[in-house]
Amino acid sequence: MSLAKHYPDKPDKVYFFGTCLIDLLYPEAGLAGMQLIKREGVQVIFPQDQTCCGQPAWNSGYRDETRAVVLNQIRTFPQDYPIVVPSGSCAGMLRHHYPEVFKGLPEAGLVEDFSQRVFELTEFLVNVLKIELQDLGEPTKVALHTACSARREMGVADEHEALLRQLGNVQLVEQARKAECCGFGGTFAVKHPDISAAMVADKAQAISDTGAEQLVSGDCGCLMNITGYMQHQDVGPQNHHIRGQHIASFLWERTNAAES
Amino acid sequence: MSKARDNILARLRARGVEKAPVELDRTPASPDWNREERIDRFCKAMRSVRTEVHPVSAADWPEKLAALAKEKQLRNLLYAPAGPLAEKIEATWRAHAGLPELVTREVDVDGWKEELFFDIDAAVTSTRSAIAEVGAMILWPTPEEPRTFSLVPPVHIAVVEANQLHNTFADAIAAEDWTAGMPTNALLISGPSKSADIEQTLAYGVHGPVELIVLLIE
Amino acid sequence: MQQKAEFDQRVQKALNNPQLRRNFRIAMDGLMEKRSNAFPDKVALEALRVTGANIRANALAKQLELLEQLEANCTRNGIQVHWAETIEQANRIVLDIMQRHNASRMIKGKSMVSEEMELNHFLEAQGNSCIESDLGEYIIQLDHETPSHIIAPAIHKSKQEIARLFKEKHPDIPYSEDIETMTRSARKVLRSKFYEAEVGLSGVNFAVAETGTLCLVENEGNGRMCTTVPPVHIAVTGIEKVVEKLADVPPLLKLLTGSAAGQHISTYFNMISSPRKPGERDGPTEVHLVLLDNQRSRIYADEELFDSLRCIRCGACMNHCPVYTRIGGHAYGSLIPGPIGSVIEPQKFGLENFGVLPTASTLCGACGEVCPVKIPLPKLLHRLRYEQVRSDHTGATIGQGSQRSAKEALIWKLWSWAHANPAVYRGGTRLAGLFRGIIPNKIGPWTRVRTAPKIAPKSLHQLAREEGFDNE
Repeated sequence: MSLAKHYPDKPDKVYFFGTCLIDLLYPEAGLAGMQLIKREGVQVIFPQDQTCCGQPAWNSGYRDETRAVVLNQIRTFPQDYPIVVPSGSCAGMLRHHYPEVFKGLPEAGLVEDFSQRVFELTEFLVNVLKIELQDLGEPTKVALHTACSARREMGVADEHEALLRQLGNVQLVEQARKAECCGFGGTFAVKHPDISAAMVADKAQAISDTGAEQLVSGDCGCLMNITGYMQHQDVGPQNHHIRGQHIASFLWERTNAAES
Repeated sequence: MSKARDNILARLRARGVEKAPVELDRTPASPDWNREERIDRFCKAMRSVRTEVHPVSAADWPEKLAALAKEKQLRNLLYAPAGPLAEKIEATWRAHAGLPELVTREVDVDGWKEELFFDIDAAVTSTRSAIAEVGAMILWPTPEEPRTFSLVPPVHIAVVEANQLHNTFADAIAAEDWTAGMPTNALLISGPSKSADIEQTLAYGVHGPVELIVLLIE
Repeated sequence: MQQKAEFDQRVQKALNNPQLRRNFRIAMDGLMEKRSNAFPDKVALEALRVTGANIRANALAKQLELLEQLEANCTRNGIQVHWAETIEQANRIVLDIMQRHNASRMIKGKSMVSEEMELNHFLEAQGNSCIESDLGEYIIQLDHETPSHIIAPAIHKSKQEIARLFKEKHPDIPYSEDIETMTRSARKVLRSKFYEAEVGLSGVNFAVAETGTLCLVENEGNGRMCTTVPPVHIAVTGIEKVVEKLADVPPLLKLLTGSAAGQHISTYFNMISSPRKPGERDGPTEVHLVLLDNQRSRIYADEELFDSLRCIRCGACMNHCPVYTRIGGHAYGSLIPGPIGSVIEPQKFGLENFGVLPTASTLCGACGEVCPVKIPLPKLLHRLRYEQVRSDHTGATIGQGSQRSAKEALIWKLWSWAHANPAVYRGGTRLAGLFRGIIPNKIGPWTRVRTAPKIAPKSLHQLAREEGFDNE
């Protein structure tokens, strides 16, 4: 869905929507995303009242239950600042599905205004902040798994790659069938565990076959799925676990002088 | 009219008019190809689907036909005595000895179906025109050259005139004004019959012709 | 939840069959590559898809008027038009035609609508023979199976399996695993069937209202045989297949053959506008067109689900579907498998029977991305997830609300409450962080093949506060 998107000029302030998965399991990824933006001289606001984008209920068909959650997010980001989201999946929910959630309802206009302000982290770094990265890390081989929502709904697969390609010591390797889904799919992985397992097995194998030392993804759902499988099944070159990281953590770690 | 019809149409009607028809621009955007490019594309595309294409002239195609018939060791060749190719074929066959038997049955196919299905080796037909872009011949079978000629015998030899090459299918429909009246059967043929139903592997000669040979009059 | 248990069983069976898995993976990889090669210019492809989507959307918007026009023009051309609201009516129409001709031998071209009607079963029960002549359909008929793919019905079988099947059913033909040899054997067997058949049956790819023309796309020549050789030709089609103009056909044809199998054009494109005319020497003397509704007009009534009727049955959505590739067509338990099947089948046969299908998708979007007529498949799958659990009983979809369970509904209600109330949510994550050590590391099916994710000691909310990020 590569509709030409209008990007604003570099703002003074942005909101950061951390996502519930990052909040609970990968907070360092959220923090890294915020630090990357802050380093570019933009003030990052993290409203403490944010919770979840509502996607789990939405994708399970519980639309009324979704609305209450959506309204909480909309209330929580009242100012006209861009809203940056370190996940293609949640960004897709906020940007493309919120208007559907309220289609034909009185709040539709309000929701539309909110959705227009939503950006996935990598597209924001590349297209709005025009970030320039300097790699301070050791040479490494990296495989990138771009979430389906990041690729198809948000159209930011190129932005993911562009950021990694800015890193001089990072060799980006390409796994077979790289655009194929990893089998996460939110509640799908729980409702249809066997199909999900078959999918993630293939994905883990394809990544392992590249000889990559690290796996990077812009979405923690995929990451949790793939690395969880690799650890459980001992998939990896000579059974050395491939380290999985959110792209924000990876970028921050390799470009932040204090950490490297 | 039937009750089923009324019920179906009533349900469609009940829907109201929420969906407006879409404005469609139906002017075909035709590529800018000259005659040579058309010929080139047609030949390439036809050959890519395992068609034998032989460039011939308006004068020498019957000789080529005779040579191919001999080379392929056809026992017989079905042709249309009242069709546009008949005169030249007959003349050539008269002039040469040892050619496959020319077969014709100027009665309804029903009357000699068994022979057609099991005894005829090949048929030769004319074509109406052809499509360069995708490599396909257009046939509008006639009483003289019936539909089964290009279908049942294992070898189909078709005479195509390069002057009748259209760029695209859309061009053919527009230029030949098909909407003015469609024939009983209009056909596009691109290659011999084939299937990929077993392991996605192409195998030629399923139910239609095993071989398609085009004599392209340039 | 019977349907879910049955679905799971079929999925298990498929996933545990390495031969089947291999057959599908190889075939789908091949089909994806062929499609990609057929459309090297992505900009041109996108323009063509827009054209295709518009042509189909336009035809559906005008469907009422176009069906009347199609009927009038076909009738004027001498094609006899029949209407069927249900598959029972459609089967009856076909049987009546056969009985009128004292016919008992039918030869069939590939037709998914005839599969939908279960026509073979119906006619055979009445003492008739129905022989499938498409090679793939013929193979599965020999093995008493249903199609596992709408374009390549026998795609689940390897050549060895087919060779063994041929040997079993035709002991007189020498055993061969050579594909060309097997194809020729089928040619030989079926040639006499074409010869003997009294009625030929086909589907329809596009029915052109403007001229009253039935268009058929095929490669084998069996479709032409079925529509040319027997004295009677019956075409069965869904009412949604009508298009307005002859000029609408070329773009759709290109999209169909390119998306289905990477072909620039099929071997044959067969356009039938009338039965044999006086003086013509072959072709059927009667042509019948059976227009089948079977819930299509009901689907038509929903503004969003309406888009599912645009489908031109190319199969690209299943070829690109990671779920279909893993489990194959039969696991779906529906006539049409894959994403489009998961959208259409529940609407035709009820969510109470097929509601599980829309949930068997990661909503990855690969299907929507390749659909030649831009059907928003993920959106429609999503919509049907809603339809099956909604409780207001206002939609038109059959089996609406049938999959709603009190337990699941309660879970989502609680979930919603927790996530709509920031204080509750924060309290929850804080507790999770505190008790992360004692949260079990086996969480249902997730941990059967994966290690459990570890809850972080501090949430992002907490880290953001500690690092001094503003709250507003």
